[in-house]
Amino acid sequence: MQKSLLIDADKCTGCLQCEMACSVSAEGSFNPSKSRIKIFPFHDEGVFVPYTCTQCDEAWCLHACPVEAIQLNKETGAKEVINDLCVGCKVCTISCPFGTINYNADSGKVIKCDLCGGDPECAKACPTDAITYVDANWTGYDKMKASAAKAIPGQPAS
Amino acid sequence: MHHVIIGAGPAGVVAAETLRKADPSAKITILGKEKEPPYSRMAIPYKLKGKIEEEGMYLRHDTEHFKALDIDIRQVNVDKINSDSKTVDLSDGSQQGYDKLLIATGATPLTPPVKGMELPGVHKSWTMDDMRGIESLATKGAKVVQIGAGFIACTNMEGIVARGVELTIVEMEDRMVPRMMDEIAGNMIKDWCIDQGVNVLTNGMVTSIEESSNGASRYQVTVKQKGAVAAAEPVAEAKESGGILSAIKDALFGGGSAVPETAPVSDEVKLDADLVIVATGVRANTGFLEGTDIAVDQGILINENMETSVADIYAAGDCAQGKDFSTGQQEVHAIQPVAVEHGRFAAQNMLGRSVENPGSLNMNVLDAVGLISCSYGLWMGVEGGDSVKVVEKDMWRYLNLQFDGDVLVGSTAIGTAQHMGAMRGLIQMRVNLGEWKSILMEEPTRVMEAYLALTQSTVIK
Ligand SMILES: Cc1cc2nc3c(=O)[nH]c(=O)nc-3n(C[C@H](O)[C@H](O)[C@H](O)COP(=O)(O)OP(=O)(O)OC[C@H]3O[C@@H](n4cnc5c(N)ncnc54)[C@H](O)[C@@H]3O)c2cc1C
Ligand code: SF4
Ligand code: SF4
Repeated sequence: MQKSLLIDADKCTGCLQCEMACSVSAEGSFNPSKSRIKIFPFHDEGVFVPYTCTQCDEAWCLHACPVEAIQLNKETGAKEVINDLCVGCKVCTISCPFGTINYNADSGKVIKCDLCGGDPECAKACPTDAITYVDANWTGYDKMKASAAKAIPGQPAS
Repeated sequence: MHHVIIGAGPAGVVAAETLRKADPSAKITILGKEKEPPYSRMAIPYKLKGKIEEEGMYLRHDTEHFKALDIDIRQVNVDKINSDSKTVDLSDGSQQGYDKLLIATGATPLTPPVKGMELPGVHKSWTMDDMRGIESLATKGAKVVQIGAGFIACTNMEGIVARGVELTIVEMEDRMVPRMMDEIAGNMIKDWCIDQGVNVLTNGMVTSIEESSNGASRYQVTVKQKGAVAAAEPVAEAKESGGILSAIKDALFGGGSAVPETAPVSDEVKLDADLVIVATGVRANTGFLEGTDIAVDQGILINENMETSVADIYAAGDCAQGKDFSTGQQEVHAIQPVAVEHGRFAAQNMLGRSVENPGSLNMNVLDAVGLISCSYGLWMGVEGGDSVKVVEKDMWRYLNLQFDGDVLVGSTAIGTAQHMGAMRGLIQMRVNLGEWKSILMEEPTRVMEAYLALTQSTVIK
């Protein structure tokens, strides 16, 4: 069975270890602004919400791409940006209704979570198990994904 | 079952692939008039920029892709549809029968009624051939005049500017991207472009393109400009500052320091040009439907099942006028993501599944020589709806949210390229913002927070 990132915001302390680990792994430098996973603080409630691509079935980003630069990794289920093909048009960034694929002006291409090929650094770096990589159908994203899928036309990526 | 698709752009190709996935045995034929393998015309600016080779513009990169799917692509033009006999007439003199027919013929750029449009250095920016023509003339230092500053014209600008040309944009309206951006946003983009060294003439109408005899360039482009007096004001400053202001001055007065301070202000401007790019809008490709019963307005009228007014004939993409998500009316969208959505819905209905298109959301993202902007849905607002905006001119940032009751129905953003898609989520899921509405009215930049709080209610109480 394919694995998914399981996010438990209740456990997140906002330490940003995941953002660090992600940017080091993906960009080769400590640069949280380039992280594929983001921690959103809700100061009033004292809550931190780790947020990244759910590798949703509809893959709006993938279908919107005009040059086939986002492809399905059949092994991990991740929708991966193929850097050599990406022209940086950003159509995917406005198509993903979750806002989880972003433009990186330095590279002129887009970045999104690719599950690190099946061994996600964020999950390994998280000291509180707020992010885990598990065999699970129910990752807490399902509810959110389902509501988007109902409202916005899409189709499976495979 | 034989599915025949006219047009090998994104709409036609996605329809063919969707048909194949659902029906391994159906016969699928794409009839497309262009000689290249199916490609994406919206990749033109990136080829001009040198980011990719021509192959990088192809819709599918595996050369065996269509063969493997047993999708037959024929390079031929469809001249006529005979719905009575369920056949189409082809440019090679033959006929092709169909059971279900999809029209995915896209659009064609308009040719404004201007003298000189037929000159060899005047190009559209629409096909692979157009792109090659532009490439050959838009060399370093070349003087380029682009007519039009609409969305497609502006995406194209990125590619042209990167080639090191001297670019002047002439736009009839008072701002850039007038049909995608409000006045504040359109003018902010204009000011940015001017800052980047692009000469922008708004309220300008090109009246002729002629062979030039002044030796400075190949052509001379004549522009009639409304309100040239106001536009000419900075000229006095230009004396000291040079740079872009003197470029404007050159543009307005046809050149150089020879212009006396007291020069009479004329509303006619002459521009030097080695290449003229025409990007003044497009029209749906429906001409070949004349004489059929297929109803056409701005585009081919289709219902929620993507059907035209004639049985077993469907339409998708830039050529189609289908349901809009925001207004519920039939509109031509003419954007890539909608072409793909259309193609998929059309295929599902051609398979006899009656899948209704809930409506396509208008959305655009633009990179105007480095300034990123996007707009969604009813960015111009609705009657009786609230709206809020933050303008940060010195930061090149702008955000405008439009509400209908407590639902976000449209937005414009400049200068923030992160998590833009969340606005699509809020709009298209018709999320009731509840108490977040008043928070956003106070602090619109917290839109991502609102999105997370409202869609991830499992984690944020
Ligand atoms: C420079 C440029 C930049 C763009 N940038 C963006 C952008 O940033 N974002 C965005 O969303 N969109 C953008 N677009 C628009 C986008 O490319 C179109 O919306 C998209 O290509 C529409 O796809 P389509 O399949 O409907 O039509 P097309 O891609 O036009 O394909 C239709 C095909 O049908 C063929 N055809 C027409 N008539 C016939 C006939 N009678 N017989 C046989 N074949 C025929 C045509 O030759 C063509 O190949 C851009 C377009 C251009 C030109
Ligand atoms: S980036 Fe968005 S559309 Fe693409 S797979 Fe992830 S959640 Fe889905
Ligand atoms: S930015 Fe890259 S990945 Fe995204 S749609 Fe454009 S080409 Fe595809």
